[in-house]
Amino acid sequence: MPHIVTDNCEGCRFTDCIEQCPVECFHADAERLYIDPDVCVDCSACISACPVNAIYDVIDMPADKEPWIAINADRAKSLPVVTAKQPPLGTAESRRAELGF
Amino acid sequence: MTHPNGRQDVLHIAIVGSGPSGFYAAEALLRSGRNVQVDMIERLPTPFGLVRSGVAPDHPKLKQSTLVFDRISRQEGFNFLGNVMVGRDVSLVELQSTHHAVILACGAHSDRRMGIPGEDLEGSHTATAFVGWYNGHPDFRDRVFDFTQEVAVIVGHGNVAADVCRILAKPVDELRSTDISDHAFHALSESRLREIYLVGRRGPAQAKFTPKELRELGEIEGTVARLDAQECHVGAQCEVELASPTNTFAAKNVELFRSYILNESSGASRTIRFRFCLRPVALHGNGRVEAMTLERNALEGPAFAQVARPTGACEVLSCGLVFRSIGYRSEAIEGAPFDPQRGVVPNDRGRVLDDSHHVPGLYVTGWQKRGPSGIIGTNRADSIETVEALLSDFAAASGSPRPGATALRDLLEGRGIRIVGLEDWQKIDAAETERGKATGKPREKFTRIDEMLSVL
Repeated sequence: MPHIVTDNCEGCRFTDCIEQCPVECFHADAERLYIDPDVCVDCSACISACPVNAIYDVIDMPADKEPWIAINADRAKSLPVVTAKQPPLGTAESRRAELGF
Repeated sequence: MTHPNGRQDVLHIAIVGSGPSGFYAAEALLRSGRNVQVDMIERLPTPFGLVRSGVAPDHPKLKQSTLVFDRISRQEGFNFLGNVMVGRDVSLVELQSTHHAVILACGAHSDRRMGIPGEDLEGSHTATAFVGWYNGHPDFRDRVFDFTQEVAVIVGHGNVAADVCRILAKPVDELRSTDISDHAFHALSESRLREIYLVGRRGPAQAKFTPKELRELGEIEGTVARLDAQECHVGAQCEVELASPTNTFAAKNVELFRSYILNESSGASRTIRFRFCLRPVALHGNGRVEAMTLERNALEGPAFAQVARPTGACEVLSCGLVFRSIGYRSEAIEGAPFDPQRGVVPNDRGRVLDDSHHVPGLYVTGWQKRGPSGIIGTNRADSIETVEALLSDFAAASGSPRPGATALRDLLEGRGIRIVGLEDWQKIDAAETERGKATGKPREKFTRIDEMLSVL
C-alpha cells in the first residue's frame, strides 16, 4: 500500500524523510510535504524518519486520516519534487511540542 | 584550486561498490555543483548490489529503486567500471594515486557467526548464502540446500530473516513470474518443508521486522503464522517501550504477533512459528544438522536497554535446515583501517579514521560505515553525510591534479582486465530481460560471470 503524509506535517515540515527516500517521491508546498503514490516503492523508510509521526503506510493509517490519500495523490502531481533536506518551518519546534513529540 | 578563468579543477572520485550507498554517494557528488568525475568500481559485471542480489524477488516494487540508479548513471561525469575488484585487480593505494578521494561503499557481505558447536554441520547455512542463491549472485550459484527436510529454523528476527522465511514458505507458483533464479525456483518447487521456526534472542517488542514484512508472513497462501500465547510475553519494561510515540513499528509488530496467537494450523500445508527469548547453544547431528539446542533467555534492564540473560533452561528442537541471520560484517580491505569488533571501517561522519586520525582522501558509506542497519533509503541520508564531509575537505582546493579514470583504465587494461562499462551492462541487462520473456519473468539473471561476459 502507498504511504501518505498527514496533518502532523503542517507547521513542521522537518523534511528528514526526504533524505531517506530511495526514489524521490516527496513533493512540497509552503506548509507541508506530499508523497506521489505512483513513485513511492512502499519501503517505509520515511515513517521512522519523521519526528512527528506524520507518515503512514495506508494499511496502518487511523481511519480519520483517509482523506489524506487523495490529498497526497492530487497535490503531489502539481507540486515540484523536493530532493534535498530543507530547514524546518519556523513554527516546527513549537508545533512538535504541541503534538507531544 | 581555482583556474584564472574561474573554473574549479576537476575532482576525481572513485566509489568502490555499486549498491545503494555507492549510487547515492554518486548522486550527492554529481548534484553538488562541484566539477566532479565519479568512477564507480564494482567487482561484478552487474551493478546495484543488494537491490539486485538482496531484495527478494517477490518485492518487485522495491527493485524500482534501480530506476533512480539508472538516472544517476546516465549523468555526465559518471563512469561505471564493472568486473574490477579492488584488492585483486587494482589496489587501494593505486586508486588513491589516480583519484583525489576514494569512497568505500562495499557493504557488509560476511555473516556474523553464532559461535556455537555444530555451526558448520551440513544443513546449517547463512541467510546471505540463501538470499544470494535465490537471487542469482554468482558467489552462491552452486550452493545446495536440502529441501527434502521438513523443519527449518531461521535464527534472527530482522527483515532478512523475514525474506528467507517468506521465500521458503511461499507456494512456488507465486514466485514463478518473479525474477527468482531458475535454479532456485526448481529446487524450491521440490521443497517438502512443513515447519519454519523464526527464533529471536529477545521478545516480541524487540523484534526488528518492519511491520510490513511481518504482516506479509501472515498472508502467505497455504501457510499459517503462529505463536503460543505464553510465548508472546510483554513485560512491564516492554510496555514502556511500546508506549513510546517514536516506537510505532514495535507496537504494530506486537499487535500482529498477538493476532497470530489465534491462528490454527489445520488445513495449512506450512506453518511459520515465532519463538522468542531463545539463544541457540549447539547444533547436533550425525554428519548433518538434526537438532538445535536452545536456551531460554530472560530480559533484564530498563526499557530500550533490555538485555537477554541466559536462564539455564534448555530445550531441543528437531530440524534439518538452519539459516542464521543475526547480523552482517564488512570485510577488511587491504590498505584501509578496519574495526574487527564491529565489522566496519572506523569513521567520523564518513571520514575514515586510523587511530582517530582522518586518513586523507579516504571515506566510507553505507553498511561498511555504520553496520548493517536500515533499508535502501537509509543509505541515501548516510551517503549525503559522507559526501558533505568529503566536499568540505576539498572545499578550498582539489590538491594536486589526478588523472582519474584515464589512468585507471590504462592500468587495468594493461593487466588484461575486461572492464565492463555502462553500455556493456546495458547489453547484459537487455539479454537478461530477453531471456525472461519466454517464461513471463521480468528477467532471467545470468548467474555466472562468464555467462555475463559472453553477451558482450
